[in-house]
Amino acid sequence: MAKVAVIGVGQSTFTRSYPGSIRELAFEAFRDAMKDAGLKAGQIDASIICSAPEYDKQRTPSGLMAEYLGLNPQPTFYVESVCSSSSTGLRTAYGLIASGLHDVVLVLGFQKMSEISSAESQERMGRGADIQWEAPFGTMMPAYYAMYARGHMEKYGTTEEDLGLIRVKASTYGQINEKAAFRKALVLEKVMEPKYIATPLKMFDCCANADGSSCVILASEEKARDLCDKPILIKGLGMATAPINMAGRDTFSGLRCAQLAGKQAYEMAGISPADVDVAEVHDCFTIAEMMAYEDLGFAAPGEGKDLIRNKETYREGKIPVNVDGGLLSKGHPIGATGGSQIRTIVLQLREQAGDMQVADAKIGLVHNIGGVGIYGNVSIFGVE
Amino acid sequence: MGFDQFGIISFTGTTKAEQFVEFLKNNELRGTVCKECGAKFFPPRSDCAVCLSDEMDWFPITGEGTVVTFTKANFAPAGFEKDVPYALAVAEFADGIKVFGRLDKNLSDDEIKVGMKVKVRAVDLGDDRISYELTA
Repeated sequence: MAKVAVIGVGQSTFTRSYPGSIRELAFEAFRDAMKDAGLKAGQIDASIICSAPEYDKQRTPSGLMAEYLGLNPQPTFYVESVCSSSSTGLRTAYGLIASGLHDVVLVLGFQKMSEISSAESQERMGRGADIQWEAPFGTMMPAYYAMYARGHMEKYGTTEEDLGLIRVKASTYGQINEKAAFRKALVLEKVMEPKYIATPLKMFDCCANADGSSCVILASEEKARDLCDKPILIKGLGMATAPINMAGRDTFSGLRCAQLAGKQAYEMAGISPADVDVAEVHDCFTIAEMMAYEDLGFAAPGEGKDLIRNKETYREGKIPVNVDGGLLSKGHPIGATGGSQIRTIVLQLREQAGDMQVADAKIGLVHNIGGVGIYGNVSIFGVE
Repeated sequence: MGFDQFGIISFTGTTKAEQFVEFLKNNELRGTVCKECGAKFFPPRSDCAVCLSDEMDWFPITGEGTVVTFTKANFAPAGFEKDVPYALAVAEFADGIKVFGRLDKNLSDDEIKVGMKVKVRAVDLGDDRISYELTA
């Protein structure tokens, strides 16, 4: 199959409240990525627009975005898998390019969550689960992930302090990421202070809603070599799904969709977990990062806590994870998150990550989850 | 009134599985079992994803289940604010059937544990609304 490469990445600064409309927010990432790739709008063969619905009033956002970004009359369409929408967009773009249908495809993720209140946002996220059988009980994301935290603690003896250490790590890098919404350093004592949101998760175990956009431009390897000095190749893609209803889940100590997606991506790339030099994982909650360590094979099941206790996921550790601050520090503008993770890995592999740079990073991995483990996307990138 | 009577707020007005609510009114929590292949489902399904049949029977979920995981929520999504705090749990019953729902508000924090034994019961929410919960 033809190889596909990333030739441009961009993102807006993630912020609690963006002073502009969704089209203007989207343009920030678009401008950043187009300049990065050195392209003009006419060189984009198709665009894929990614977000989660109902945070703003716009219906069919791809039509709006293609117009505002100057991408008419090329094809555009919308891809959605809630929090992993833009990784699913990457997967879709890969198919379009590898099939030979298009040479250059743009994946734009955006979300402006500040137009609604936090309680309204939780209600919408709760409806990103089973609305017929679960939402009538008053479900929300922190409660769902809290049930996984409880499951993990019961099975493996993971503690609330272990989860707190993940937030401390996130804040270490959030403070040096100029695109992050939360840039204050946190010590464990401070992280452990607040009351429970949903036991055993406290405020600092949870990422915050944010406004933001991300943009990734992809091309066939041949086209990429013409357009770009250092294309970053997609080495492996995995995607798997799990039942939307908690009653259909067979475990509460890991995410099956992530385990399967990881396995697929490693197989396609022909690598093992130990070959990964730097990773971005979906830490919407601290427990989500803990499970990711194990689901991706960076640690054996139940041993994720040892990775964080020994600081092995810090920049100088065995497997650096979320050294851009992760969702916990950057904020989580749902549709933009996957593209932001991809951007971080591309910058790492190009050695353009500044203070966050991991030494000698050749292979990078992105783990991006939609909903409470409904959709799992794992993507592996390499310099060659 | 049909399925929109189910739960504190219902987001689904119509379903072929609305007889679920009638069973709840008789204090019975029921799932469906496929007449063709015998696959059992909770929450109930009207269509069998195993053999594609749409012929279903109802079966009751009875006896003791075991709490697999739980959380106590101190914040709630829009529309549920007045209920906090409330506990949500998944419990496993016979034949591996899992039930997601709220735990009885009268259970103390000390009582609520993974591994605790629970049974299901219908809850009259007033205003012609009905739900179920897991209780000791």
